[in-house]
Amino acid sequence: MSILVIAEHDNASIVGATLHTVTAAQQIGGDIDLLIAGNGCSVAAQAAAQISGVNRVLLADDISLEGLLAENVANLVVSLAGNYSHVLTAATTFGKNFMPRAAALLDVSQISEISEVISADTFVRPVYAGNAMAKVQSSDRIKLITVRITKFDAAAETGGSATIEAVDAVADSGLSRFVGVSSSESERVELTSAAIVISGGRGMQNGENFHMLESVADKLGAAVGASRAAVDAGFVPNDYQVGQTGKVIAPDLYIAVGISGAIQHLAGMKDSKTIVAINKDSEAPIFQVADYGLVADLFVAVPELDNAL
Amino acid sequence: MKVLVGVKRVLDPQVKARVKADKSGIDLTNAKMTMNPFCENAVEEAIRLREAGTVEEVVALSIGAAKSEETLRNALALGADRAILVLTEDALEPLAIAKIIKAIVEKENPDLVLVGKQAIDDECNQTGQMVSALLGWPQATFASKLEIVDGTAQVTREVDSGLETINVNMPAVISADLRLNEPRYASLPNVMKAKRKPLEKIDISDLGLDTANRMTTLEVMEPPARASGVMVENVAELVEKLRNEAKVI
Repeated sequence: MSILVIAEHDNASIVGATLHTVTAAQQIGGDIDLLIAGNGCSVAAQAAAQISGVNRVLLADDISLEGLLAENVANLVVSLAGNYSHVLTAATTFGKNFMPRAAALLDVSQISEISEVISADTFVRPVYAGNAMAKVQSSDRIKLITVRITKFDAAAETGGSATIEAVDAVADSGLSRFVGVSSSESERVELTSAAIVISGGRGMQNGENFHMLESVADKLGAAVGASRAAVDAGFVPNDYQVGQTGKVIAPDLYIAVGISGAIQHLAGMKDSKTIVAINKDSEAPIFQVADYGLVADLFVAVPELDNAL
Repeated sequence: MKVLVGVKRVLDPQVKARVKADKSGIDLTNAKMTMNPFCENAVEEAIRLREAGTVEEVVALSIGAAKSEETLRNALALGADRAILVLTEDALEPLAIAKIIKAIVEKENPDLVLVGKQAIDDECNQTGQMVSALLGWPQATFASKLEIVDGTAQVTREVDSGLETINVNMPAVISADLRLNEPRYASLPNVMKAKRKPLEKIDISDLGLDTANRMTTLEVMEPPARASGVMVENVAELVEKLRNEAKVI
C-alpha cells in the first residue's frame, strides 16, 4: 500500500495538522508520500522532508496553485491519486474544501473526519456532533480520507530524510480567482495547537470583556477561543470559534467561561483532557462535561483567577 | 437568474441523538425532524437574492423519503417558488446525492446551486464540492458573504485562519456557513400558501443513475463517556486542583 498525504503549509513551514495526518497514515501502514502544493513553497518542502515517517515529498510549485483554489488543487490530486491506495488530508477548512471535489472526480466516496483507523479499509468517524461513532468500511479502490487531527498524535517534525521530487502542476482551471484573506492578528499561540485554551461565550457580554480572558491566557501561555454565540454576536472574529462548525480542539486544559454548553459547542472541545467550566447558571449543560465546575459570576471569578496565577 | 437550493431533512439539532440498542444506527422513531440548519442559510440566501431582484426563481430540491415533503413545504413557506422531491428510502452517500443533484441541474439549468456546507447528521461536508466537480463548475464553500457582480460571484469564506475572499465564474455551487445570513421564520399565511405551491415528485429509479453506496456502516456506537467531574467552591480551590490534582498549570 502507498499513501499520499496532502500537506498544509504557509510556504515556509508545515502546519501542525499535517503532522497528525501523517500519524493516521502510519496507522494505515505503507509508504507515505507528502504533497506540497503551492506557489513559492519549496522551503516548506524542505521542512516536510524532515518529518519522521515520510518516504518522498512531492513538490508542485506553480502560479496556478496561488491561493490553493479548490479546482486546481483537486485536479492536481486527481492527477497523482492513481498511484496510491489512500489519499489523506487533515479535516481543516483547507482539506474539506478540495478533497470531496477530488473524490467526485475520481468517482469515489470520501470518508470524512476519521477518528480511528481499524484497518486499511475500516475507520471510525464521529457523527451527530460526536454523540455517536460510526464504524464504516469502504469498498472504493482508492480511499480518500479527511482526518480529525485531535484523535491522532503529531508525527515528529524532524528525524526524517525524505527525497524531494518535483511534480507537474495542472493548468489553472480559470473557473475561480483568489482575491485575498484577512486573518485576525494575534501574538498568542494558535488555537488548534495550544495546550491550554480559554474560551468565552455569550456570558462575556461584549468583545471588550474578552481582554479578561486574554490576560489569563497570557499568564498560562494559552490560546483564546469562543462559542458560536460569541462569534455571532460579533464579540470576536470567526477564527476563534470552537465547535461543530468551527474548530475541533483537544487541549490539555480547556476553560469555558460564560458558555452554556450547547451540543454544537461540546462537539468541538469535549475531547480535551481537563475541562473547567465557569458559569453563573448551575444548570448549564457545560457542567455535565466539566472535570471542575465553578458556579460563579465570571466578572468576579475571572479577575480572581487572573490574580491567583 | 434561477437558483436551485438543496435542503435535507435531519434530526432536530436541539435533540440529542440516541444510538439504537442493536448498534445499527441512530433511533429516529418519533424523533423531531427539521431542515438542516446550514440548508436554512442556503434557502434564506436564495430568497434574499430574489427579493433583491438578482434572481427570478428559487427552486428547492430535497432527496429522501416521502416525509422530506415537509422540509420542502417549509422551504416553500420561507419563499421558494416550487420544489422537487427525489424519492428514495435509502440513506445515500454524498457522492450519490451529488449525482442526483447534477441530473436535476441538467434538467433545470439554474445559474447557481446553493447548499448547506454540511448536514448535522452524517457531518460529511462533501455534497456541494462534489456537485461542482461533477458539473465542472467552480465552487465556493463555507460562504459567509455572497455578492453577485457582473456575472461572477464574490464570496467570503470562513476558513481556519480567518476570512478568505474568492471570485468565481457562474454558474457556480456555493455552500453556506451559518453566518451567511439569519434565516427568517415562515409566517402562518405563508405556511398556508406553501401548501398550494407546485411540488414535483421524481422516483430515484427514473433518473437511471448508479447511486450505490461505497461504504458499509458496520456499527454505530456511543462515544466514550467522560468521568463525572466535581464542583469547586471558589477560584482558590479551582487553582489548587488544576495545579496539584490535574497538574495542567
